[in-house]
Amino acid sequence: MRRQVLPGFGLSFGYALTYLGLIVLLPLAALAWKATGIGFHGLIQLLSGPRTLAALRLSLFGALLAASINAVVGLLIGWVLVRYRFPGRRLFDALVDLPFALPTAVAGIALTTLYAPNGWLGRWLEPLGIKVAYTPIGVLVAMVFVGFPFVVRTLQPVLASLERDVEEAAESLGARRHQTFFRVILPMLAPTLLTGFALALARAVGEYGSVIFIAGNIPMHSEIAPLLIVQKLEQFDTAGAAALGVALLLLSFLLLVVIALLQRWSNRWAERAA
Amino acid sequence: MTLELSHLNRRFAEYQALDDVSLEIAPGEFLALLGPSGSGKTTLLRILAGLDYPDTGSVLKDGKDFLATTARERNIGMVFQHYALFRHLTVLENIAFGLRVRPWRKRPSRAVIRERVERLLKRVQLDGLGRRYPSQLSGGQRQRVALARALAVEPDILLLDEPFGALDAQVRVALRRWLRELHEELQLTTVFVTHDQEEALELADRVAVMNNGRVEQVGSPEMIYQQPATPFVCEFIGKVNRFTVRRNGAGLAAGGWKPEDDPWQGRHTEAVAYVRPEQLRLAVPASQPAWEARLRHIYLAGSVAHLELQVESLEQPLEADIASEDLSRLGLQAGMELRVAPRGAVLFPRDGQGATINHERWIWHARSPVPA
Repeated sequence: MRRQVLPGFGLSFGYALTYLGLIVLLPLAALAWKATGIGFHGLIQLLSGPRTLAALRLSLFGALLAASINAVVGLLIGWVLVRYRFPGRRLFDALVDLPFALPTAVAGIALTTLYAPNGWLGRWLEPLGIKVAYTPIGVLVAMVFVGFPFVVRTLQPVLASLERDVEEAAESLGARRHQTFFRVILPMLAPTLLTGFALALARAVGEYGSVIFIAGNIPMHSEIAPLLIVQKLEQFDTAGAAALGVALLLLSFLLLVVIALLQRWSNRWAERAA
Repeated sequence: MTLELSHLNRRFAEYQALDDVSLEIAPGEFLALLGPSGSGKTTLLRILAGLDYPDTGSVLKDGKDFLATTARERNIGMVFQHYALFRHLTVLENIAFGLRVRPWRKRPSRAVIRERVERLLKRVQLDGLGRRYPSQLSGGQRQRVALARALAVEPDILLLDEPFGALDAQVRVALRRWLRELHEELQLTTVFVTHDQEEALELADRVAVMNNGRVEQVGSPEMIYQQPATPFVCEFIGKVNRFTVRRNGAGLAAGGWKPEDDPWQGRHTEAVAYVRPEQLRLAVPASQPAWEARLRHIYLAGSVAHLELQVESLEQPLEADIASEDLSRLGLQAGMELRVAPRGAVLFPRDGQGATINHERWIWHARSPVPA
């Protein structure tokens, strides 16, 4: 073995592995074990049921859309917070974390009150034919809310470290503002933006508390996958709940792998540096 | 294409970055803006690039208001101090950037861009490295990519901000010569900022010495070196010995040495004198006025030897430079006594408050120069 200058690798690596095993892998293994209880046939039947499919679809596509919205809006807000100095900036900055701090049920109730047909916002949207509460749009709103801080918080340090002279160089080479943004700034932010996107996505897929209040949970329409799991648990169908959980987990994992690959590609200039 | 800068002022919160700066830049000239950090040289360059604007004053390009043009439309090639390369783009893409962002009517075809980029790559001696990313290049290579990127847009003016600041000494000297050759080939009006006087004197056709937001002197490197206009220029450019000359009866004198003439005709009682180390004669015959000095140390620095002399009558040490090969010819050894006198000096009279009166500068030469 090579001698190492920095000490503690063995100890810290062992600790990290143990911790990861106990906190993450063990529960997941237990989940998978439980899921085998319904058998292969039961699994196929469960997953091909139209209600399950609709719920999975809403959870995944809703989360993807919510994370995309968060990526765009989060970039904008991160940009404003890092680049400009204005009164109330610190307060604004602190507000970004609120969706983290708020108990999700409280957030859900607050959103429902706002968007219900007689709520502050809902009553103005209703005549326009836009229904938010008790529809998939409501689900989306809740998912955007809970995932919002991730993109802002991951981008902020990177935005702060962006060198001004690179933008100035683009400008003096004749690039218009939008060209500077799309050809210079965005590619440099892409890896971090994708990290924020992945975090927001993961949060939205698994979100339960805030969504169920505003969703109305109408089967085949505004019912999310985590709710189905809870319902199965209430009916003491642990194996079914676990199977559904595993399915959700695998789908999320697949998405995260795709994002990781994209991220690696967008970061190729740094990868090759070594 | 002539640039005319007049009465530029730029104030930042804390200090005056530019204080009434006027300067003219001739077509095809290689101009150095030389000064210590905080002297306003970079601010001046940024104003030329359109990345900053003066509070008052004007910049005219061939008589037209240059400040009304945005940075994007100025057709300037700017090389930044830390290169500011696009780190997510390859060397080829970096160089092509300025051409690719042009509106399609003015954009050359792909083949033309490709051809021009390859040619530039060859010119900056980086052929074969086009597919690399900036992080895979050395400092000198990055510098040349930045230069190629700036040249790709065929600019009217090339601006360089501390172009060699971040490079090690050997690369710096090589790149400096190369840049000078490139300039002779392209005849492109070039302005560069530096705090390194050697770099400025070696490269530029003209040097503008800046201090505290003002231009202290503009002139050819020879003029800046041999006829410095202010005490600041004397001290900033090259090494220099400084001592005080006082009126002593009828004439001026410092220690045992007298300049003999008096262009001020008795008006000023005190002056500060600057003598360059290579302007000191080391073996002055007893018939001529000189200082009695003791040779304390000899620092041999390659082709030049630096001598540290202690002059009791001036109560200060002086430094003299001679060619190394003259050391043995003159039989110099530490501890020797020598008679030392300047061959030439620059003197500035002082007023009652001790401030120098720069417009009454006196460039003094010994009447009968005797080789050291």
